[in-house]
Amino acid sequence: MVAKTTKSKKKRVRKNEKKHAKTPEVKKKATVTNPDVDYDDGEDEAVDENIHSEGEEDGSDDERKHQKLLEAISSLGGKKNRRKKAERSEATVQMSEFTVNAEGEGCKINLSDLIGTMEKTPAVSIKTKKQLKHLRFSNSTLDSPLSKQETERIQRDLAFQKASTEVSRWQSIVRQNEKAEQLVFPLNKEYPGPKVMEQVVSGWQAKTPLEQEIFKLLSINKQPVHDPVLTPMEEASLKAMSLEEAKIRRAELQKARALQSYYEAKAKRERRIKSKVYHRVQNKSKRKELVKQFDQMVKTDPAAALEELKKLELSRMKERMSLKHQNSGKWAKSKAIMAKYDEGARKAMQQQLEVNKELTEKLVSSLNNEEEEDEEGDPEMLPDFVNDQEPVLDPTNPWMRGKLSKEPAEEEEERDSGEPIAMANPAEEEEQNEPEVEETEEEALLREFDAKRKRRQAEESDTVAVIHKVDDAEENGAESTGVVIVSNDDEEEEEEHKVDDAEENGAESTGVVIVSNDDDEEEEEELSEFTNLYKGITDSHPEENKTLEDVELLDGEESTADQMTVENHEVPVTENPQSEPHMTSKKRKRNRGLELTEVLTKDTKVIRVPMAPTAIENTDEDREEDQRDIIRQAFAGDDVISDFLKDKRHQEAAGRPVAVDLTLPGWGDWGGIGIVPSRRKRKRFTTKVAPAAPRKDRSLPSVIISEKRDSTISLFQVSSLPFPFETPAQFESTIRSPVGRTWNTEQTVKKITKPKVVTQMGAIIDPITRDDLVKAEKKAADDRQKK
Amino acid sequence: MATSEDTVVNDTHVGKEGKNTNKKKKVTPRYWQLKKEKKNQEQKTDAGQKKETTDDGQKSELAQQQTKEKKPRVKKRKHGGENQEGVQKKAMSVPQKKRKREAGNPQRVKKKPMLVGAKNKTQEDERSKKTGISGGKMDPFPGSAPVPEEKLKKFRRKDRLKLPSRQLYKLRRVMAQSQVVSDMAQNQAARQDLLLPEDAGFLEGDEDEDTCTISQEDITDAVDITSGAKYFNLHLSQFGPYRLDYSKTGRQLLVGGRRGHVACLDWQSKQLMCEMNVMETVNDVKWLHSEAMFAVAQKKWLYIYDSNGIELHCIRKFNDVLRMQFLPYHFLLATASATGFLQYLDVSVGKEVAAIGTKAGRLDVMCQNPQNAIIHLGHSKGTVTLWSPNQKDALVKMLCHQGGVRSVTVDKTGTYMVTSGMDKKLKVYDIRTFKPLQSYFLPAGASSLSLSQRGLLSAATGDIVQVYRDVWSTPVTKPYMAHRLRGPVWGLQFCPFEDVLGVGHGEGFTSMVVPGAGEPNFDGLDANPYRSVKQRQEWEVKALLDKIQPELISLDPGQLGLVDYAGFKQRHEDRVEALGYDPLAVDKFKPRFKKKGRSKSGNIEKRKKQVGHEDTREVIKKTVEDRMRIEKQMAKEKEKRKSFSSQKSALDRFKK
Repeated sequence: MVAKTTKSKKKRVRKNEKKHAKTPEVKKKATVTNPDVDYDDGEDEAVDENIHSEGEEDGSDDERKHQKLLEAISSLGGKKNRRKKAERSEATVQMSEFTVNAEGEGCKINLSDLIGTMEKTPAVSIKTKKQLKHLRFSNSTLDSPLSKQETERIQRDLAFQKASTEVSRWQSIVRQNEKAEQLVFPLNKEYPGPKVMEQVVSGWQAKTPLEQEIFKLLSINKQPVHDPVLTPMEEASLKAMSLEEAKIRRAELQKARALQSYYEAKAKRERRIKSKVYHRVQNKSKRKELVKQFDQMVKTDPAAALEELKKLELSRMKERMSLKHQNSGKWAKSKAIMAKYDEGARKAMQQQLEVNKELTEKLVSSLNNEEEEDEEGDPEMLPDFVNDQEPVLDPTNPWMRGKLSKEPAEEEEERDSGEPIAMANPAEEEEQNEPEVEETEEEALLREFDAKRKRRQAEESDTVAVIHKVDDAEENGAESTGVVIVSNDDEEEEEEHKVDDAEENGAESTGVVIVSNDDDEEEEEELSEFTNLYKGITDSHPEENKTLEDVELLDGEESTADQMTVENHEVPVTENPQSEPHMTSKKRKRNRGLELTEVLTKDTKVIRVPMAPTAIENTDEDREEDQRDIIRQAFAGDDVISDFLKDKRHQEAAGRPVAVDLTLPGWGDWGGIGIVPSRRKRKRFTTKVAPAAPRKDRSLPSVIISEKRDSTISLFQVSSLPFPFETPAQFESTIRSPVGRTWNTEQTVKKITKPKVVTQMGAIIDPITRDDLVKAEKKAADDRQKK
Repeated sequence: MATSEDTVVNDTHVGKEGKNTNKKKKVTPRYWQLKKEKKNQEQKTDAGQKKETTDDGQKSELAQQQTKEKKPRVKKRKHGGENQEGVQKKAMSVPQKKRKREAGNPQRVKKKPMLVGAKNKTQEDERSKKTGISGGKMDPFPGSAPVPEEKLKKFRRKDRLKLPSRQLYKLRRVMAQSQVVSDMAQNQAARQDLLLPEDAGFLEGDEDEDTCTISQEDITDAVDITSGAKYFNLHLSQFGPYRLDYSKTGRQLLVGGRRGHVACLDWQSKQLMCEMNVMETVNDVKWLHSEAMFAVAQKKWLYIYDSNGIELHCIRKFNDVLRMQFLPYHFLLATASATGFLQYLDVSVGKEVAAIGTKAGRLDVMCQNPQNAIIHLGHSKGTVTLWSPNQKDALVKMLCHQGGVRSVTVDKTGTYMVTSGMDKKLKVYDIRTFKPLQSYFLPAGASSLSLSQRGLLSAATGDIVQVYRDVWSTPVTKPYMAHRLRGPVWGLQFCPFEDVLGVGHGEGFTSMVVPGAGEPNFDGLDANPYRSVKQRQEWEVKALLDKIQPELISLDPGQLGLVDYAGFKQRHEDRVEALGYDPLAVDKFKPRFKKKGRSKSGNIEKRKKQVGHEDTREVIKKTVEDRMRIEKQMAKEKEKRKSFSSQKSALDRFKK
């Protein structure tokens, strides 16, 4: 029994060894994990022997008898057994159960002791002895066995790996199912409906004699059974090109090739000629020819000519984009060095610059205007002087100075609306407020507007006086004013005359006053916008006059002269004494104002109507009220634009972030009256704010687009990107196409909204089996091969 | 179909036929077959060749002419075929190329025929020896018919994006899938968009005859009786100028006289549904979502009646309403009042959705943009403002006229806005970009405007109604049609799905025939003019289920499909605005007043500082803890990964 057990033990150990040999990686782990197997090979053996011998000792009597018997038998044969089995026969007092005496029970036994005896015993094989010897000299100690937790963890890891490899085999099938548009459970069900034609046909064979005959005929004729594009015969015929044909074709090709090479050679030769004169002449002649051709084309084929022109335009654009003629090339640089001394070089450079100028000159079009505006510096940025002190406020109080008592935008507005002038001229202020006042009587209304106009007229004649006043006011202010030059002879009549002329020509009116005041630049700009605007209005006058006239005629009232309306619109030009000078205005043409004028003066087409409307009778009571409205509305047009502009500017200002000035006057300085914090300090204590994003309506002069965020819709929007998407654009594109029946055909809707999983009622859904796995793997492999 | 096949064949062989062979041929589609037959005939007619040449010369010319006429069509088909079927393309490529070459370069073909003929002869002979039977007929245009490009373009919903790399396979799959779906939807929609493909019929004048001089009587004389019956007048001189409204399907008409007369009728059968006098001034009338209910803006309040004239509601929240618009997909009734309020009433639940004070005075010019349900208001200051119920101020404010705005209208696609003002101008704007397109000067100005489904513009000046064609793309100099009415025009509307313009004026109502005004193809699921009561009820339920919430109204209707980019800050602001308070705000520490001189300012300051320090300490502690935790986690994970990666693989030996 015992022997058996030992044998089995041995076996186990061997097995382990085998395993080690198989998987060297695992072996290490195993050695760590199984402390009982934790030996070198030699040692293993030794222990085996030990165990063996021990077992023999342990053996029961009958075994010994058996052994003896065997010995006897072997001796009978005369063959001497070289190995003498050791036999212990010490006399002991106590016999233990396991035939081990208890002698020396207290003292420890070293391994070496045992080994020592081992060497002497003949039963131990030589190999074992050697190993034991070797062991005795080796000093290395074994690692202590790992703790239980650690071994368990390692075991778990191993188990996990094993399981994961097992499970990952299923991955392909899982992914396939994931990919599938629709899964119908149970999965491997035969489709009960009608089958696809080809499936059925492929398995079909001609059986009846008729069928067989037909097939025979078809096959003889090499006719296609399935309907390919060409019969095999045709293909064959196509392949074979007759010899002559082939020859002709070859000759053609040869000729073409030869011609091409000739042409190329010629071009190369010509290109290599260094003579500039030659090239110049050549170019000139070419150009002439081109022009001639173009002229002819204009006569014969205008469409083509137009195309040609477009091409020219395109080439010009390309030139503009390129760096040609910019005097930045190698040649230009070399010339630039020589330019100082060489007249010719200078001339050449000049020429090139001219060409460049010509090229880069912008062609006037509405598109360009927009671009220009974009080029303009950011108007949203607040210049520093916005935070400057208000000159009108109490100059003695430094606290008042540092403070931003008003929003700068508002200030500007005030200035824009010409309030300082209005203060000087109380009549105008009154007039500004007047549109709000509404009187019930028609006539009163008309009278009012009349009066307004007259006042404005009067004002116009006062312009010079106004200028002086403003001049004085500016001198009073802290900032120094520039020189005020009145360009005209101060004679009102002439001035008026000029303005009229300008208006008639449709050109911009000449500036009246030149002001060179650095600090008021922005103010000026705003004003220039205004003036531009009004210029535009005056440009569009002919129509306006008509409209007003018509309205008045419609009312049956006597109209005030057209002149009045004309002057009415002139007023603003002269009203603002600081209107920009004519010379500098060129640069500022890019302002919005000009575009607004363009918008409002968009050339109108007059429509002729075959019938004229019959006059409206005024007798009806109900209409009286409307009539009044009509009048009011007709005259409201005067202020419409300025009101709108004001509104727009107000909104712009409201959206603009404001820099905060935290300067404390007198802090770290001498205190007292009249102390101005230094510029440096102000700069230091002003917190700069990032400029707001450009407004949506920045290029649309006559539009205000609200920049307010609509937060209600954000409740319905997706606020963070869902999982597989990387960019919002990807996500947006996937949800872009609609799903509903309103936008799609019924078939599409059905396809799109197909449920991902369908289970058939009453059908048993079996779990997936290994067979499926094999099938899936095969399929995947096929796919890979196909690829 | 047969003709096009013929042309293909002709196309390829015209040259040969004309030149060297003469045959009376019965054209068959398979060209190899044709060759063979040709050859057979050739053999037969060799003897009588000279006789027939003249005849055939003429014939071939004719054939050539034919092919010339039909060429473009044929080519197109070929093109489409190539684009469509990738698989078949390969198979087809050889013959197609050949065909093209022959068709495109007749000279070369002409050069060759002798040779080809000779070669084919031999082949043909062989074949004829072998066989007596020819193969079956083949479809010359295999696969499904191609869809024209323009139509595909019309139904394109999204742009093609580049697919991500293969590493992001999930994303790739999702995107590819969506692409496939959208392509399919686009293709199918384009394929099914076949209804009434002809151009709309417009009035065509004789030489030197303006269409605007053709009177309604002339038109009614010329057209069939049913169409002629669409021109009629209702003489209602008693209750003064009328406003009108057609129902969404165009079957029912609602008229409201200024002096209180309200009537609704089925205008085609002239069947009166109800008629009444509300004994009050009527400012405007409007159908609600179906022909069962309508709203009347009376002197003081807004009333809702059913089609029998029974008063259903008097809505006291809506006073002094001057103009109304109904947004059919949102079930919103938008009203503009004399007090300057723009109000929205949800008619499906009977609640006021929004009331916006426009601060722009009397609002008597109003229209809606059918594309995005934005309300346009015209003001006496020459501006047109755009409103949604979700914002308290105008989304857009445009300066359109130098005088007041008299009328505004927007086309069906939401692309163009036409305005008319006191300055007697008529302006056309592109309201996607807010830029002016055209500006016209009308001698008498236009008091009211209306755009038809197909883009005809009607403008009323005094007692004359003019209709213009295509006002936005090409500058118009004269009207397409004009008609004088008995009184000044008060209301104007094109009837949906009919070539009819309804005009309400001082002396009643006139229904004009305007050829080419209405959309001939109606969507039976959306607005079906021929629906029964049952269908209407069903539609009503579905429409209610599909109702769009008013929150979704915005300038860009596609905004819902965009990701909200707003950051935390912006969202917090929105939340604060919605709640009315800041939920995350922390109360500032206020030191308690202590007696015995312990509330000296210095002490208070100290206490404040202490609290402040404590708070900051807490914050710091928290952040540090968080950081530690995260670091620990990271380290753990790293170790784990390391332990896994430390296992040797067979490939490690190649590592350096």
